[in-house]
Amino acid sequence: MSGNIQIMTGNSAAAYGVKLCKVQVVSAYPITPQTSVTETIANWVERGELKAEYVRVESEHSVMTVCVAASTVGARVFTSTSSHGLLYMHEQLHWAAGSRLPIVICCVNRGVGAPWSIFNDQQDSIAQRDTGWIQIYCRDNQEILDSVIQAYRIAEEVYCPVMVCYDGFVLSHTMMPVEIPDAEKVCEYLPPYKPHTILCPEDPRNINPVIFPWQRRDAEGVLRDGYMDMRFKLQHALEASHDVIVRAGLEFAERFGRNHNGMLWDYRTDDAEVLIAGIGSIATEATAAADLLREEGIRAGVVGLRVYRPFPREEVREAFRSAPAIVVFEKDISYGYEGALCADIKAALYGTGIAAPIHNFIAGLGGRDVKASELAEAVRSSLSAIAGGTRERQTWLNCVTE
Amino acid sequence: MPEKLFKVNTEEYILPGNRACQGCGLTLAYRYILKALRGNTIMTVPASCLTVLHGLYPITSVEVPCLNCTFASTAASASGLVAGLAALNRSDTTVVAMAGDGGTFDIGIQALSGAAERSTDFIYVCYDNEAYMNTGTQRSSATPAGALTTTTPVLTKQQGKKDMMKIMEGHDIPYLATCTPSFPLDLYDKFVKAKRIKGTRYIQIATPCPPGWVYPPKDTVKIGRLAVETGIVVLYEIENGKFRFTGRSKTLAEKGNPAPVINFVERQGRFKKLSMEQLGHLQRWVNSRWAEYLKRAEAS
Amino acid sequence: MERKDDNISAMCKPAVGEAGKTGDWRDATPVIDPAKCIASVKNRHACFLCWLYCPEGIVTAGVPVKIDLEYCKGCGICAEECPAKAITMVMHEEGGK
Repeated sequence: MSGNIQIMTGNSAAAYGVKLCKVQVVSAYPITPQTSVTETIANWVERGELKAEYVRVESEHSVMTVCVAASTVGARVFTSTSSHGLLYMHEQLHWAAGSRLPIVICCVNRGVGAPWSIFNDQQDSIAQRDTGWIQIYCRDNQEILDSVIQAYRIAEEVYCPVMVCYDGFVLSHTMMPVEIPDAEKVCEYLPPYKPHTILCPEDPRNINPVIFPWQRRDAEGVLRDGYMDMRFKLQHALEASHDVIVRAGLEFAERFGRNHNGMLWDYRTDDAEVLIAGIGSIATEATAAADLLREEGIRAGVVGLRVYRPFPREEVREAFRSAPAIVVFEKDISYGYEGALCADIKAALYGTGIAAPIHNFIAGLGGRDVKASELAEAVRSSLSAIAGGTRERQTWLNCVTE
Repeated sequence: MPEKLFKVNTEEYILPGNRACQGCGLTLAYRYILKALRGNTIMTVPASCLTVLHGLYPITSVEVPCLNCTFASTAASASGLVAGLAALNRSDTTVVAMAGDGGTFDIGIQALSGAAERSTDFIYVCYDNEAYMNTGTQRSSATPAGALTTTTPVLTKQQGKKDMMKIMEGHDIPYLATCTPSFPLDLYDKFVKAKRIKGTRYIQIATPCPPGWVYPPKDTVKIGRLAVETGIVVLYEIENGKFRFTGRSKTLAEKGNPAPVINFVERQGRFKKLSMEQLGHLQRWVNSRWAEYLKRAEAS
Repeated sequence: MERKDDNISAMCKPAVGEAGKTGDWRDATPVIDPAKCIASVKNRHACFLCWLYCPEGIVTAGVPVKIDLEYCKGCGICAEECPAKAITMVMHEEGGK
């Protein structure tokens, strides 16, 4: 690292990313543990250090609505939220994606009620995986700052909204050294936002009315989309964003000297006899577990997903191609089935001939601590069970299950 | 040309062949709203009759830019437009949020209260047809007591109409007004005035609806007029806290008295189950509110 | 080749007839009697309440007053409000115009 390095929390890092991107409209509503992101920005706005309209709305539903409207008119927008705040704006997340707006938010991951939890897990953002948002998960505070900048670059190229997620308290409130990139270099990396939406009296348009199931001709005789055709365009855009995300990361690395590995990263996977998969800080913790396991002769490696949507199908197939065993740790559950990441990995491997047993561990819900030693023990137990013939298993780690 | 007779902008912003009902009170009101706003306007409109009037993809019937939004979010959508336009130095464009009574009194009240409390610089218009009409006439908090709706189909609505004007007055905003399309010039003048005022402006339009109120479409203007004649609807404005009757209500306040409310209710099928007790209650409510307004006008 | 929809989101341009020829909705057609219509009788711009109250804005206020029958929905407000009773809503015959 060189240059302007400061010790700061993950929330501060996110705020610095926003400042460097010269965001024009910020909407804000408090919720633990993201509140200090918007508080930091409020301070800058009121001191004149960031020229932005700051809208102190009365709910998170309105938070996202303000983002949608301001982005439609052509302003670069930002907000951050967590847990129930994200849930409250769920309807508007769908609306934003369907509107094809380059909105960027931070989701500081926190468990959802009932009953209340203020502590970290990833149920909030994982539960939004069907909405059409790009999801990036960060491992450390530097990555948070850098990913916010990359997010605007990606969003404004593909016209899809991006959620930069990071674990509440674990990253949001933990201090780490972070290099603040040079503002001019960020301007060079991030061109101005060019909206595709037109909202001006000189060229009156009606945006997002009811659309029929079928195609329909407009007054000029052009056959325009029905609902499903437009939805396909969103799916296609999400899939195409894969290459944009990779390219944005590589160009960032060229300019700023930091490569956050695009879609997924790996750790000591070359000769692995068991691969651990995870997202965010649990995957970071798993690297410590992998080291512990290797000390006792178990060749463990870690595959961490950085981008969860679009799902990095090809990278996952490549990463797990030769894995004799796979253990997935995650801080979420799709009730009535299994962990979302585990299910998605299994689906990605379908038809490839990769036949490794896959064990799923649900861990850390509602902020229950997850230690590297516990992860290592879990891997050991999976390996024995696999040796005994158990190819699939769902275990809730360090939890009362009887 | 009619502008010599009526002193209004004669341009039409709503195109023929639109999807509103025959005799729709909203269409008549909207025609004059857009004439008064004269084009340098961006509308935001939720799920409602108005979005249907605006048309379905890929054609719109209205020659004014419009951003559709979800049902609860109209005033927040306007807040976002105002913020975005300010950030882009385009604040000379008027932002207008327009929702029905459901989208204002009920599901939209939170966002509206927030936007007004923040002194958001926009006009909020509520077209009050006294039920969720777009979905087929379900009861809202704006439905008067005694009215039949599809969710009060046997016993009629039990509660009286929520006083949204009083609620909005509680937000310390520079301009509030009531109007109805049956008096289009009074409506037009209020929007011309509102356009020039800064801050949150709230205008509520008593909007007759033929299928929902159950009367023949030809009577829309007549029914709205009767509402004013009977004091069920009072035409007024409150500018910086100062109350003032306008139009026909002003004449009634100075020279006469409202007619009995039965003249209004007897013409509408939605009141066919109105009990004598409910009618009496309605008349007393109208009387006491009229007396209160007379006092306010005097004090102003 | 059919030109494709290049919109990535639902954005519409204004045009007449979004709901088709709404004149088809009518079961009665307004007919103006120039012998009673105040503007026609006075042969100058006068009254025009039909223009004022038409929700669709499809009355042309002139001498004579004209109604766009392609789009008139037949609500009957003009006939109801005309102070000279110059407009009659003529019911269509069964099955026809």
